[in-house]
Amino acid sequence: MLKDFFSKKKKYASVPRKEAKQDIPEGLMQKCLGCQKIFYRKEMKKNLHVCPHCEHHHPLNAGERIDSLFDEGSFQEWDQQLVSANPLHFPDYEEKLEKDRNKSGLNEAVVTGKGEINGFETAFAVMDSRFRMGSMGSVVGEKIARAIERAKESSLPFIVFTASGGARMQEGILSLMQMSKTSVAIQRFRESGGLMISVMTHPTTGGVSASFASVGDYNFAEPGALIGFAGRRIIEQTIREDLPDDFQTAEFLLQHGQLDKVIPRSEMKHVLTTILDIHQPRGDRP
Amino acid sequence: MKQVLDFEKPVIELKEKIAELKKFTSDSDIDLTDEISTLEKRLERLEDDIYGNLKPWDRVQMARYPERPTTLDYVGELFTDFIEFHGDRHFGDDEAIVAGIAKYKQKSVTIVGHQRGKDTKENIRRNFGMPHPEGYRKALRHMQQAEKFNRPIISFIDTKGAYPGKAAEERGQSEAIARNLVEMAGLKVPIICIVIGEGGSGGALGLGVGDRIHMLENSTYSVISPEGAAALLWKDSNQAQRAAESMGITSYDLKKLGVVDQIIPELKGGAHRSIKEQSEKIDTVLAASLEELQSLTTNELIENRWEKYKQIGEYKELE
Repeated sequence: MLKDFFSKKKKYASVPRKEAKQDIPEGLMQKCLGCQKIFYRKEMKKNLHVCPHCEHHHPLNAGERIDSLFDEGSFQEWDQQLVSANPLHFPDYEEKLEKDRNKSGLNEAVVTGKGEINGFETAFAVMDSRFRMGSMGSVVGEKIARAIERAKESSLPFIVFTASGGARMQEGILSLMQMSKTSVAIQRFRESGGLMISVMTHPTTGGVSASFASVGDYNFAEPGALIGFAGRRIIEQTIREDLPDDFQTAEFLLQHGQLDKVIPRSEMKHVLTTILDIHQPRGDRP
Repeated sequence: MKQVLDFEKPVIELKEKIAELKKFTSDSDIDLTDEISTLEKRLERLEDDIYGNLKPWDRVQMARYPERPTTLDYVGELFTDFIEFHGDRHFGDDEAIVAGIAKYKQKSVTIVGHQRGKDTKENIRRNFGMPHPEGYRKALRHMQQAEKFNRPIISFIDTKGAYPGKAAEERGQSEAIARNLVEMAGLKVPIICIVIGEGGSGGALGLGVGDRIHMLENSTYSVISPEGAAALLWKDSNQAQRAAESMGITSYDLKKLGVVDQIIPELKGGAHRSIKEQSEKIDTVLAASLEELQSLTTNELIENRWEKYKQIGEYKELE
C-alpha cells in the first residue's frame, strides 16, 4: 500500500541480543503427559503438578511432596548421610549413583524424617523416582527400617509415599532382603500399636509393591498411579494376550479390592489429617 | 533319556566309555580290568574337578535341572505322617505351593513349600512351581496354625518366581507376598527356610522369612532371574551368564553376603543323584537348627529374628 511505502516501519526482523535471549526462563511451558495440552510451568507447579485440564497427576519429587504436606518449618530429616556402597562390585553402578545424585540433589531414592501435618506429628518416608527409578537397595531399606523403628520408639504414626520400580538389581540379593528387613521392622511397629499409612504413587511395582507398600493399616494411591507386582510386558508375554488399558492402575486396583481409597493430590493433606486425628488416643490435637 | 548339562559332558562321555569296556570284557576273552580301573580313577578325578569348580552358570543349570528333587521328594524322606492340606479358603487351591503337617523325629511340624513338576503334565498342574496369591495365602493359613499349636515351620523354597499373570495381579499378588513377609516376621515359632532349587525373587521370599535360611550347595537365590537382569541391564537376555556372575546368586555368594546361614553340601554330581542321600545331608542341618531354635524363649526368638535381618545390607556413611 502507498501508506506503507511512506511509513518508517522497519522492514527487518530484530534479533534479540544473546543476553536478552537468556532472560527468558528455560521451559516456561509444560506439556501435560495426560491430555498433551500446554500450560505455564508455574501454573502446573502451583497445582502440585496436577493438570488443571485433565487432572493427570505428574510425579512429585521428594522435596515437593514434603512441602505439599508438612507444616512449614516442621520437617526434620533423618539419616541423610547414608549412601550406597557397591557390595557386588557391579559394573557401572557407582557412576550411575553419582549421576543420579547430581541430577536429583538427593543422596538416595528415599527421604525419611518426621514432621507435622496440620499439627499432627508423624514419621515418614518419601521415595523419589528420579533416583535409580526409586529402586530399593541397602540404603533405602535401612533408612525405611530406621524410620519405622524411630516411629515405634517415639510412638509416632508412620506414613510412606512409595514411588519405585522395585528392588535394585545392582545390589542383588541384598536388595531382595531389604523387603524382609522392612517387613520385620513393620511387624515390630504393628505389635507396638503403631499406625501405618501407605500412599502408592506412580509407579509402585515389584519388590516395593510386594513389601511395605501393601501392608499399611490403610493403603491408598494417587489417581492413575501404576501399581503392580510384575511388569505389563512380562505378563503379556506370559499369558499371550493384550491387557486392558487400565490394567494395574490405581483405579483398577480399587475396583479389585486391593486399595482402601484413591486420593487426589489436592485432597491428600486433608484426608491424612483426618485419619491422624481419628487415631489420636484422646481425639484431640496434641 | 536324561538331560545332559553342558559342563557334565566329559563325565558322561567317560562313563559311557567305561561301560563299553566293561561290556566288552564280559563278552570276550580279553581282560581289560586294568584299563577300566585306570579310567575309573580318571573319572573320579574328572568328577572332582568338574563338580568341585562349578561356575555360577553351571549351578543355575543344576538348580533348574528337571530331575532335581522337589519339596515333596524331600518331605517323603525327612518326615513321617505327612498330611497335605489344600486351599486358601477364599479363592482356590494353588498346587504350586504345598502345605501340611507331619512328624519330624517324633515332633510335630508344619511344612510349606513351592512345588514344581518334573514333567510337562505335572508342571502344568503345578503351574511350573510359580504361585498365585492363593498359594501364599494357603501357606500363611498353615503357618498361623503352626503358631497356634506351637509347631515349628519348615519352608522349602523352589520357584522361578511368583506367577506374572493377569489373574494373579487382580487377586493381589503383591499384597499376598507382602503380607506373608510381615506375618512370618512375627510368628512366635521357629521358622527354618531351605532353598532347594531356584530361589526366584519375591516369589521365593514369600515363603522365605525365617530364623535360619539354608541353601543347598547348587541352588540359587536372586533378586531377578539372570535372563531378566540381562534384558534390563544390557537389553540382551543372551547375556544371562554374565548377569549370573555379576549378581552373586550362588550359595557361596549368599553365605559371604551374610544372607544364608549354612550351605548344605550336595552329592557329587548334584542332589538328583540320590534323593535319599541328599535328604540325609539336609536332615543333619535341619536337626541341628531346630534344636538351637527350640532352646530359645519366644522373646529371644523374635528378637534374634530382628537382629538377623537388621544387619543385612551394605552402605556407607558420609562425614
